[in-house]
Amino acid sequence: MRTVEMTMAEALNQALIEEMERDDSVFVVGEDICAGGGVFQVTANCLDKFGRDRVVDSPISEAAIAGLGVGAAIVGSRPVIEAQFSDFMTLMMDALVNHAAKYRYMSGGQVSVPAVFRAPISNGVGLAAQHSQSLESWFVHTPGLIVVMPSNAADAKGLLKSAIRDNNPVVFLEKRALYSRRSPVPQGDYLVPLGSADVKREGHHVSVVTAGYGVTISLQAARLLAREGIEVEVVDVRTLKPLDMSTIGTSVAKTGRLLAVSEGARAGSFASEVVARVVDQQFSDLKAKPERVTAADVPIPCADSLERVVLPSADDVVAAVRRLMSR
Amino acid sequence: MVLSMSDQRADREERVTTSTLKTEREELYRTMVRIRAFDLRISDLYTDGFVRGSAHPYVGMEAIAVGAISTTGPQDYVTSTHRGHGHCIARGMEMREMMAEIMGRATGYCRGRGGSMHITSLRHGMLGADGIVGGGLAIAVGAAYAGNLQRRGSVVLAFFGDGASNEGSFHESLNLAAVLAAPVVFICENNQWALSTPVTAAMRVETIASRADAYGMPGEQVDGNDVLAVQSAVSLAVARARNGEGPSLVEAKSYRMTPHSVFATSDNRAPEELQLWATRDPIKRLAKHLVSEFGCRQDDLDRLAQNAETEVADAIEFAKSSPQPDPSEALQDVYAPAPWLKEGVLA
Repeated sequence: MRTVEMTMAEALNQALIEEMERDDSVFVVGEDICAGGGVFQVTANCLDKFGRDRVVDSPISEAAIAGLGVGAAIVGSRPVIEAQFSDFMTLMMDALVNHAAKYRYMSGGQVSVPAVFRAPISNGVGLAAQHSQSLESWFVHTPGLIVVMPSNAADAKGLLKSAIRDNNPVVFLEKRALYSRRSPVPQGDYLVPLGSADVKREGHHVSVVTAGYGVTISLQAARLLAREGIEVEVVDVRTLKPLDMSTIGTSVAKTGRLLAVSEGARAGSFASEVVARVVDQQFSDLKAKPERVTAADVPIPCADSLERVVLPSADDVVAAVRRLMSR
Repeated sequence: MVLSMSDQRADREERVTTSTLKTEREELYRTMVRIRAFDLRISDLYTDGFVRGSAHPYVGMEAIAVGAISTTGPQDYVTSTHRGHGHCIARGMEMREMMAEIMGRATGYCRGRGGSMHITSLRHGMLGADGIVGGGLAIAVGAAYAGNLQRRGSVVLAFFGDGASNEGSFHESLNLAAVLAAPVVFICENNQWALSTPVTAAMRVETIASRADAYGMPGEQVDGNDVLAVQSAVSLAVARARNGEGPSLVEAKSYRMTPHSVFATSDNRAPEELQLWATRDPIKRLAKHLVSEFGCRQDDLDRLAQNAETEVADAIEFAKSSPQPDPSEALQDVYAPAPWLKEGVLA
């Protein structure tokens, strides 16, 4: 496939447009997604191409648009519902957790919910506590949801296409800071399967298991550590739920050292879940106790000096890898 | 007297119309007594240990489900509440599979996964009873909006109670439905009590129907114990919706003759209030109408009630003799089939 350098926002936009062209039942709902194509441009040009019926600017009613997504999906449409900031998914929780996640099971398999709920994680830029959360573990904790976090433009495109085509409810979390990052994106109908991890960097000393922006800081850390002869393997899970324990397992069997990295707060974090599962699956492979790099258990502060301390960084990953190597 | 040709034709048309109307209204009656018979048995079944979890009887409110749903067709949808048995029966669902679901058996509509509060039958357009107060409202808006996109010509009846009209979801959903001109009829089953809280303690407006104004849609309060009044109001609202004129709110004022749930051991409502509403029984009122307007015989109507009891008894037998679901099923059907979904992998 031919590739083109695109930003992650452009790649997501391309995915949305291609899926809407391919399938009439796909439509998007969100706040401010029409004029100017959304605050982060992910819905650029959608209104012109598809019209107001399929590109819907909603009032500020997260609970209602999430519920609308569920209702539309159960009768056979494929809605893509946007929350302007992932923090506002808190207002969608009844629709996501009590309905989308449970409808199929509660109905004895009669109903499916082919809806995608997507939002940007907007930490790192001083927007403070209510606009900076990384809540992936809430959704990983909810039986019935799929949870996806792309780390780059190509994966973002392929994963969003797969998510839209999947017949299950998908929570799709995008790191805002990556929206502007350019990288090669395959053109045409490029799909990345859900539930499939990808080794972004091979190494034999430590397995760093992560997703989203965790991949970015882990790759930065890996470059620094390589100068000292420490070769880190970065496993980008891409889908947090269902989790590809096979790829993770192969990596940990090879390295014997596990570092899990996620941007959410430490308690109940995705990183914690990864550690627990690896311990369950292959404790005897581990040469050292596993490490986690996560955000601190505090609300995200506004000031740069504070936010840097609270959020996980490449330095934190380097330090954790060194600890693992010292055991 | 010799009737002219046109008089004869008019006379024949009137008789045909009257006869059709009689049949239709007898059918309304039959459905109401069936709902009544079903939910009257539920409390005893609970006491005897057969109801799994809980159930919320619809006794006294039959006119709302029956009057409203009689205006809908097979392409339409209904979203329901935790008090959903009446909506199910009005949409043509079978008592056997309903009872089995309520008892948590494998032969239930939801294979025992959902119980009374989540009875769903997609093929009957019954998008589900719902355990979350107000939970079905935005879902109704979505189903309606998608129905338009799919050019299905469907209307969605969204049932909810007086209690739900104070949930955020009510306000958001009505507003969104109005903005999108979604073909929804919001039907408030105002039975005037949210468990132990009277509606007068939960809001400072006189009627729930008046809230329609706040969202830019027509709202009407009707006597929820008059099945024909409900039918008339909802019929107008359905026609509006089908005509692309958007959503409406119908508030049907009624009363539940049982406590909130089968689990409730006490009822804080005044006995005089219950007695008053017993005099407004919707089934008796329709019977009176059928007798006086269509010459129906009361013993024919009584026979419909007896048939209903027989049908319920059969449903109970069916459910009681059905097995519980196999434990091996507990982890299945969380997800729709997908390339990543391998056997035994839950995610």
